[in-house]
Amino acid sequence: MLEIGLEHYLTLAGILFTMGVFGIFLNRKNVIVILMSIELMLLAVNINFVTFSSYLQDLTGQVFTMFTLTVAAAEAAIGLAILVVFFRNKGSIAVEDISGMKG
Amino acid sequence: MIVQALAFYLFAGILLMSGFMVITARNPVHSVLFLILAFFNSAGLFVLLGAEFIAMLMVIVYVGAVAVLFLFVVMMLDISFADLRKGAMQYVPIGLVVGAVLLSELIFAYGAWSFAPESVANAASPAAQFGEISNTEALGRVLYTQYAYVFQIAGLILFVAMIGAIVLTHRVRPGVRRQKVSEQHARRPEDVLEIQKVTPRTGA
Repeated sequence: MLEIGLEHYLTLAGILFTMGVFGIFLNRKNVIVILMSIELMLLAVNINFVTFSSYLQDLTGQVFTMFTLTVAAAEAAIGLAILVVFFRNKGSIAVEDISGMKG
Repeated sequence: MIVQALAFYLFAGILLMSGFMVITARNPVHSVLFLILAFFNSAGLFVLLGAEFIAMLMVIVYVGAVAVLFLFVVMMLDISFADLRKGAMQYVPIGLVVGAVLLSELIFAYGAWSFAPESVANAASPAAQFGEISNTEALGRVLYTQYAYVFQIAGLILFVAMIGAIVLTHRVRPGVRRQKVSEQHARRPEDVLEIQKVTPRTGA
């Protein structure tokens, strides 16, 4: 219990990832909170990367954490930009209203 | 050892609690603030794992840029968030089922993870090859040599994201006077100046 090993970090990341998935179900209508849930899931993945990197003494995991971070930042920027444009046009961010591109 | 364990449980506990608050808070501004708390605590965990550079990157990039961007957007949009929560409980049971299945799978897969002793020899960029240098320096030596091209592509992704965000949110408002440099350069004195000879005592 007091010896913190790999499995502690992996369990933590697993719980955090599940929380992110559950957040998408719980806030099904609110795109902003869905984006935040995705950030939580990416954070869990980063924790996994860094944990394995640390326990295997291999720097690759930390390098890939940086790339994940880059993609997360780009995704947040584009996602929020789309959200702002959508709100400007429709006056709402509810997920059900985003059906204009349905065929 | 006990200090490390206590620090882990402190950071992990606050991380999970703030993660839970992110998805359950009524006010999205509170969600963003709890997201910031979660990022700070994960930075603490990264320091505990010996990845100082990633921890600082977490604080600077996530807290300083991503979370503040979220905060801007949440505060900028004038939305009744109470309406967005209506009917949300309807999907909680299926969400709980999916979450429970996912969590149990993750724990079964990772809970009893152990490395083969020879797996350390398979490391793509072992930290030990650099001897006693700091985490940041070792990371730089790997990133700028072995992963140089991937690093360039990461920059390209950020560049595309920046251009995309600007193109999406930029709008031309009518009635705004703008500087038109080409017109200013094309302007000649003969187009706009008229020289008049004024004879005395007659006026122009």
